[in-house]
Amino acid sequence: MILERKDVLGLSDFSAAEIDLVLDTAETFREISTRTIKKVPTLRGITVINLFYEASTRTRTSFEIAAKRLSADAVNISSSTSSVVKGETLSDTAKTLEAMSPDIIVIRHPCAGAPHILARLLSQSIINAGDGSHEHPTQALLDMLTIRHKKGAIQGLKVAIVGDVKHSRVARSNIHGLTTMGASVTVCGPAMLMPRAVERMGVVVETNMKDALRDADVIIMLRMQLERQRSHVFPSSREYARLFCLTRLMLENAKPDAIVMHPGPINRGIEISPDVADGPQSVILEQVTNGVAIRMALLYLLAGGRQ
Amino acid sequence: MGITKRVVMDAEGIDRSITRIAYEMLEDNKGATDLILVAIRSGGILLSGRIKEKIANIEGVEVPRGILDITLYRDDVVMTGKKPQMGETDIPCSLNDKKVVLVDDVIFTGRTIRAAMDALMDFGRPRLIRLAVLVDRGHRELPIRPDYVGEVLPSALWEDVNVNLSKSGGTDEVLIIQDMGMD
Repeated sequence: MILERKDVLGLSDFSAAEIDLVLDTAETFREISTRTIKKVPTLRGITVINLFYEASTRTRTSFEIAAKRLSADAVNISSSTSSVVKGETLSDTAKTLEAMSPDIIVIRHPCAGAPHILARLLSQSIINAGDGSHEHPTQALLDMLTIRHKKGAIQGLKVAIVGDVKHSRVARSNIHGLTTMGASVTVCGPAMLMPRAVERMGVVVETNMKDALRDADVIIMLRMQLERQRSHVFPSSREYARLFCLTRLMLENAKPDAIVMHPGPINRGIEISPDVADGPQSVILEQVTNGVAIRMALLYLLAGGRQ
Repeated sequence: MGITKRVVMDAEGIDRSITRIAYEMLEDNKGATDLILVAIRSGGILLSGRIKEKIANIEGVEVPRGILDITLYRDDVVMTGKKPQMGETDIPCSLNDKKVVLVDDVIFTGRTIRAAMDALMDFGRPRLIRLAVLVDRGHRELPIRPDYVGEVLPSALWEDVNVNLSKSGGTDEVLIIQDMGMD
């Protein structure tokens, strides 16, 4: 089967069949990372540019490792060390990169819609690695791979997403993906950190965390994004932690076999307590492992065949 | 005219070929020591199981059997954009210093075998690699030839050679299928 699209910009327009294709492909790629020689020659001659306008450790490293394990060449550009600091516009940077004929461009940008601009401008495949508070499709796909691996299927599960939903691209992509796959999603957080009319995305809204966790099979904790909060919506971390931190006691409200996820990086003691983050129900590190497999799958599915 | 099918090997013929292949392997390797069968997904899976059974009957030894998916080693993934459904690769033990016999149902251009050899090398350094196939249909595009062959069946390029093995073995057959088109 073939992924019939040039770009992966978000999960809002992904069908269940497309998500299944990506997850199935990623499933077979997991094995490669367990080999002694963690490399296959599949994407020899393909060039992947990682264009990062925001700080990132796991996503950028994950894309780089994914490309290298498929024998593609990966080039990393971060805004702080590029001509962006000299005032070059996004479209000029894009045109310059295009002139060096890469095949796939992975972009992270603080502005929502930046990857979409590149997708329209360039003939190369664009993968959104996070655009502002909009979408982070590869994170949601790796979350779904982790859920499917742990729970067998996504359909019919109850998933609670807790925290700063308003600023979270991870939440947005997960809501699109999980509802498409037939999970029921509950979002929870302080009213000030809840996007307006979020119920229209097909989710249940709870302001009390205990209610949100009731009967949950999966809990996705979001990072408190202090860097995106320009206004005074967030009076104190201590108050937030008292109401919305996932502690061991709070976790008892969910199903006993519920899994705990977090996209990282973790603010320990703010949105999740250390004993839960490192506890038996946490799958946070498995998410990271699955991230490489998901990105390998996307690079594989997008590369080649468009001469 | 439609499609014509011709049976070129029946269950008994296939069974005799597999028996001979098993004996040849054991003769070559002087027993089953260090021998490992690696089936190429998906055509080699049932065939390798049969060979394993025969060796168990003859020598009383269970040789290890691995399965190799060669999709990621194909030479046409980026060129054509073909993305075939992948399956699991399962190599049960180290291949270092082992005598590996690759098993596939049909050898045609030889490109699959080239990919399989590259894949094997990523799992270790076998002492030697040999190749067993049930049918050699000719038309090689690479300098590769099988060591153990059930039957050589020269075929035309427009024909398909289908090896249908069943789990039980009773309804096995090899078919040459010719699609004559609609007129």
